[in-house]
Amino acid sequence: MTDDTLQIQPAPQPSGPVTDVAPSPHLADSGQTTRAMMVDVLVALIPVVCSALYFFRWHAVRQMAICLAVCLAAEAVFSAMRGRRPPLADGSAAVTGIILALSLPATAPWYAAAIGSLVAIGIGKSIFGGLGMNLFNPAMVGRAFVMISFAGALGAAGYQDPQSQIDIMTRATPLTAFQQSGVVASLADLFRGSTNGSLGETSALACLIGGLYLCLRRTAAWRIPASMLAAATVIALLDTGLSPHGWTVLHHLFGGALLFGAFFIATDPVSSPLTHRGQMIFGAGIGAWVMLIRIFSGYPEGVMFAVLLMNGFTPLINRWTIPTPFGGRLNR
Amino acid sequence: MSWFGSRSGGRGTFARGIHPPANKQFSSGLPIEVVDSPERVVLPLQQNVGGPCTPVVKARQKVARDELIGKGEAFVSSALHAPVAGTAERATMITLANGRHMQAIAIHAEGPQVEGQDLWDDIFGGHWPKDCVGIYDPQQIHEAILDAGIVGLGGAAFPTHVKINPNTRKPIHTLVVNGCECEPYLTADDQLMRQAPDAIIAGAFLAGYAVGAERIVIGVEDNKPEAIASLRAASGRTGIEVAVLKTKYPQGSEKHLIKAVVDREVPLGGLPADVGVAIGNVGTMAAVARAVVRSRPLTHRVVCVTGAGVVRPKNLLVPMGISVGELIDWCGGLTADAARIVSGGPMMGFAVADRATPVTKGTSGITVLVKSDLEIEASGPCVRCGRCVDVCPMGLVPTKLAQAARTGNLSLARRHNILACFECGACAYSCPAKIPLVQWIRAGKALAARHQGR
Repeated sequence: MTDDTLQIQPAPQPSGPVTDVAPSPHLADSGQTTRAMMVDVLVALIPVVCSALYFFRWHAVRQMAICLAVCLAAEAVFSAMRGRRPPLADGSAAVTGIILALSLPATAPWYAAAIGSLVAIGIGKSIFGGLGMNLFNPAMVGRAFVMISFAGALGAAGYQDPQSQIDIMTRATPLTAFQQSGVVASLADLFRGSTNGSLGETSALACLIGGLYLCLRRTAAWRIPASMLAAATVIALLDTGLSPHGWTVLHHLFGGALLFGAFFIATDPVSSPLTHRGQMIFGAGIGAWVMLIRIFSGYPEGVMFAVLLMNGFTPLINRWTIPTPFGGRLNR
Repeated sequence: MSWFGSRSGGRGTFARGIHPPANKQFSSGLPIEVVDSPERVVLPLQQNVGGPCTPVVKARQKVARDELIGKGEAFVSSALHAPVAGTAERATMITLANGRHMQAIAIHAEGPQVEGQDLWDDIFGGHWPKDCVGIYDPQQIHEAILDAGIVGLGGAAFPTHVKINPNTRKPIHTLVVNGCECEPYLTADDQLMRQAPDAIIAGAFLAGYAVGAERIVIGVEDNKPEAIASLRAASGRTGIEVAVLKTKYPQGSEKHLIKAVVDREVPLGGLPADVGVAIGNVGTMAAVARAVVRSRPLTHRVVCVTGAGVVRPKNLLVPMGISVGELIDWCGGLTADAARIVSGGPMMGFAVADRATPVTKGTSGITVLVKSDLEIEASGPCVRCGRCVDVCPMGLVPTKLAQAARTGNLSLARRHNILACFECGACAYSCPAKIPLVQWIRAGKALAARHQGR
């Protein structure tokens, strides 16, 4: 027996290129990625960020810088603790940071912004298992935490800073002014954004531009802002119809965080329902809660609590609104 | 019988669906080429939905072209005929494109074969009578289809004699002919409609007559204007309508085509006959015409070999049983960056591992994709954006179905009607997180089906 016979013959090489197998479909839409959706949200936020910078100057820069930095750092740290590669590339932490910053008053102390960001990412998102797993909107979880923890600095009175160089910051927010002293803000100011309030909420115009972009790009489900604004309009009509007091339906729509919340907060896909009918119920629920809080509670504004409340209903809404498939239901 | 019955109809489209790049340019408009007769063909004993056929030839037996080599015995099964003259070999086991192992009869070609233009003339050429209602009665048409071993040539390969059956208990008012070819890349049906409209019209007329339809409609997507013009010119005074439909995937799904053409929804778990519709592909209709008018079996079909991974994409007339590799070689071979060979189109086709895999009655195309087509990002977590819900043509919630399948949660899967999914893949195509949704759902369907018997 020679050595030759013991040699292992190499397997015959397939001629030409090597092809693989996989289950269908073999193509995917390369234009649609999670990152592209997050970038879309950031693009849609540009008009809102610009209005915040224009009206609140360095206060807006400061809040956004703190929130962005802490959110990204928290995402990196918490992901590392869970043994995951920091998924900063998906852009979701940046979106949370910017939205949280825009939901804070210009006067909020630096530690409120930092703690809010840490809670948003840590308790709002990472604790549930990261992107896609959270039950509640992370930015609103952070916002609610600091609002309750630092009630003085972030409550309705905290928005006002009599010593401020910026004129609008010396005044109360339109909703507070109306609730406490019946002062009705001018619609033009509300539309433009030259009023006091959270950084991103003051300009109805900026929110509408960014929001319409999001809906047209189908990054946000249009049913949520549509049903939310419709519900708010109906309740506002009832309210102003029953007791006319100068604060009209348009004041309700353009004032406070209703538009910012409708387009940028309620539309967070993770914490809103999947089904079309569910999105209508969800949006209408938020709109109704916002109006009930505004009209009947001690808080001048209620977008944050309304969103968090309906977030809690999202799994139930998904369960209640399983769509009827094409061709009716299977006989079971 | 009124051939100009009510024109009540659909709106030429259905809800949801997707618009993937058509990529038909590779082989669109290329005249159908007749492939040289191969040395050997391999014919799996089951090429259709239903039961396999029983071989009626022995090893080393001489077979003539068109000779019956396999007999369908169950009602839902189909006969098999020799596409070439030659000698039968011993039965072998082969793997089909869809991964099923199957017994097959191979035939070694011997002697002169009908080839080239002669073969084309034999199959699609010559005169096709379009008003032969008086000559054939419905039962005769049904039996001719049965004897010819015709199955749906659109890809599903459901035996046609079961559908074109005059004894059906459910009355049929409309025959819908599927000329959508909604899969990206594929152009075989398009080219057949352009080059052999008379055979299609004749077959549709016969099939429509056999089922007692008052109305025959050929549905074609609006991205095939030449095919539409060709069919319209050929339909003449037959009363057969050509419905121009919106180009959208999956327009060629039978339920969605029926919705688009006659505005009826086939009930879940039901058949087109439940809404009074019979349906068949354009290639199937041409085969019906040939079976009835010329008493010839289904032995050849048009296959489109396409994609950036093929040197010279073509539309081909090929014998059943020729290998995928031979067809690719006929088209100049694979390019250097070819990465996946798919039997069928890229949305629902099966990746082929072995180039010796034979073409069967259901093979509508060979799509060869290149590396850049397959560059798909790694999948990430679901952010519940609802894109899959927006595109699912069945109105399901794909991400919930995938979640149910992944976690083995059968009650969740059933609550979300997992068995309604027909695996078109629109959800996985659209998912921004690149989650293999339909792949999970497929696994879940298998799980649900396994548990249903218990």
